[in-house]
Amino acid sequence: MGHHHQNAKMHAVTILANRPEAANIFTLEIDWIPRDKLLGGQFVMIWIPGVDEIPMSLSSANTTSTLTIQKVGEASETLGRMKPGDKIGIKGPFGKGFEPTGQNLLFIAGGVGIAPLMPAIVTAQEQGKEITLAIGAASGDAIAFRDKLTSMGIDIRIATDDGSEGHKGFVTTLVEELLAGGNYDQILTCGPEIMMAKLLELANLNKIPIQCSLERYMKCGMGICGSCDIDGLQVCKDGPVFDGQTLAGLEDFGKSKRDRSGKKIGF
Amino acid sequence: MITLDNMNIETSIAGLKMENPTMLASGILGQTGRSLLRVAKEGGAGALVTKSIGLEARTGHGNPGILELDTGLLNAMGLPNPGIDDFEEEVQIARRSNVPIIGSIFASSPDDFANLASRMAGHGADAIELNLSCPHAQGYGVEMGSDPIIVESIVKTVVEAIQIPVFAKLSPMVPDIASIALAVEKGGGHGVVAINTMRGMSIEPEMGMPVLSNKIGGLSGPAIKPVGVRAVYEIAQKVKIPIIGVGGINTGRDAIEYIMAGANAVQIGSGVHYRGIDIFKKVSQEIQDFMQKNNYSQLDEMIGIAGVK
Repeated sequence: MGHHHQNAKMHAVTILANRPEAANIFTLEIDWIPRDKLLGGQFVMIWIPGVDEIPMSLSSANTTSTLTIQKVGEASETLGRMKPGDKIGIKGPFGKGFEPTGQNLLFIAGGVGIAPLMPAIVTAQEQGKEITLAIGAASGDAIAFRDKLTSMGIDIRIATDDGSEGHKGFVTTLVEELLAGGNYDQILTCGPEIMMAKLLELANLNKIPIQCSLERYMKCGMGICGSCDIDGLQVCKDGPVFDGQTLAGLEDFGKSKRDRSGKKIGF
Repeated sequence: MITLDNMNIETSIAGLKMENPTMLASGILGQTGRSLLRVAKEGGAGALVTKSIGLEARTGHGNPGILELDTGLLNAMGLPNPGIDDFEEEVQIARRSNVPIIGSIFASSPDDFANLASRMAGHGADAIELNLSCPHAQGYGVEMGSDPIIVESIVKTVVEAIQIPVFAKLSPMVPDIASIALAVEKGGGHGVVAINTMRGMSIEPEMGMPVLSNKIGGLSGPAIKPVGVRAVYEIAQKVKIPIIGVGGINTGRDAIEYIMAGANAVQIGSGVHYRGIDIFKKVSQEIQDFMQKNNYSQLDEMIGIAGVK
């Protein structure tokens, strides 16, 4: 198998729009598209000059691209204040994305984890697949892409921490019910790793293939520095989307990650 | 007729036996035992050099810490590492590869270097590489590695403190790298590693500012290969201890340039980005292909030949 060299040059790109998406979540539209067709889960490194550079998955890529971001720290807060005409740096896209296979697909998003699933959901619908989407969020107002998903006619099941909408509690409980009643060919998920570790158990129990998109602290994003290491695999290059078989063989999945110095720390 | 299987590319550096002359360079995938293991098993490296480890945990410089340029990579990671205490488990895992493990260390004094080297040896490393050449961390690296008296003192202190071979990785950013290599030899060092990255900068015109958060970084990759080959050539004329060549090696022919300049083995770092983790297998195969085509049967026959012609 040949090695595909993912170029890591920096490009300055212009912000075209900054739209609120849900509570504490916004979408930036940028004047840039990837060279090849984007798979959901593939990501870019976003440079906020003078602040930081962070990995960010693309929530769409057509004639422009979008980044859907939750405000969690200085970098994302700064991005949230950006206006049309402002410039950011971009490297990528990097990594391996979701590959929806089979006819009846169950997508599961934890919070802003819906963002990297969106391109996969859109592609799956274009291919005429049956789509069920379970979303777990803090509250009903924190669910991103609600209008778009509704207009696409997607079957959405909701779980909220505060019970303001849908099932009160974990999305995994909702998924257990769905698995009992449905016949799914594949599960595709992105969200907190503890949630995905539980979903991997459920998928294995029900003998359904699963793909999970992981998150780790990243320095290089291009597979060489080792800061996002999980059992010798680089989340940035070998992932961020991994299949269930690979994850089942990893000691660190759902248990530990590395801090900025490379020390192992628990979740 | 010589068949490919008869091409002997085994090499030995200060008693460390390698099935092929390619080593993983420090700073690339060397932070965890499992990634090191993978570079040997899946990648085919003949030896592994760990990330540079210091006495305490360090988070390194902020992002951006690296970017690709037209002819190389520019990085300023800033020596992030978990500290020597937490590194024992990683060395132990890496040892399962059954290839030599070379522990890279950085410090700001001869005694700290010796202390770290003893700890690294205790963790199970087969040799030590002294990072005397990091170009972008204040108080470390090239700031100490440019002075032959300091270099000799560090090497001597470390060699006296441990029983395993000691290599020193040198910077090309000195007027006469061979004189620094000579200081390594005088200090009792068992080998010289040349070269580390060269100080560089990349400015994003649209932003009007340097891209790296540290502003200045180390340039690696194809851009610095001629500098490395020249450095190895000059060092080979001055010292008798083995030389490990590094800087911009992507292909077997690149490696052979270093070997013909006088290197007994080579290291590959940025090449992992350009050709993937199995670049070590690819380069080894390409060296064998070259040897078959040009009637060499032993790697030894090529070492340093450019220096005597």
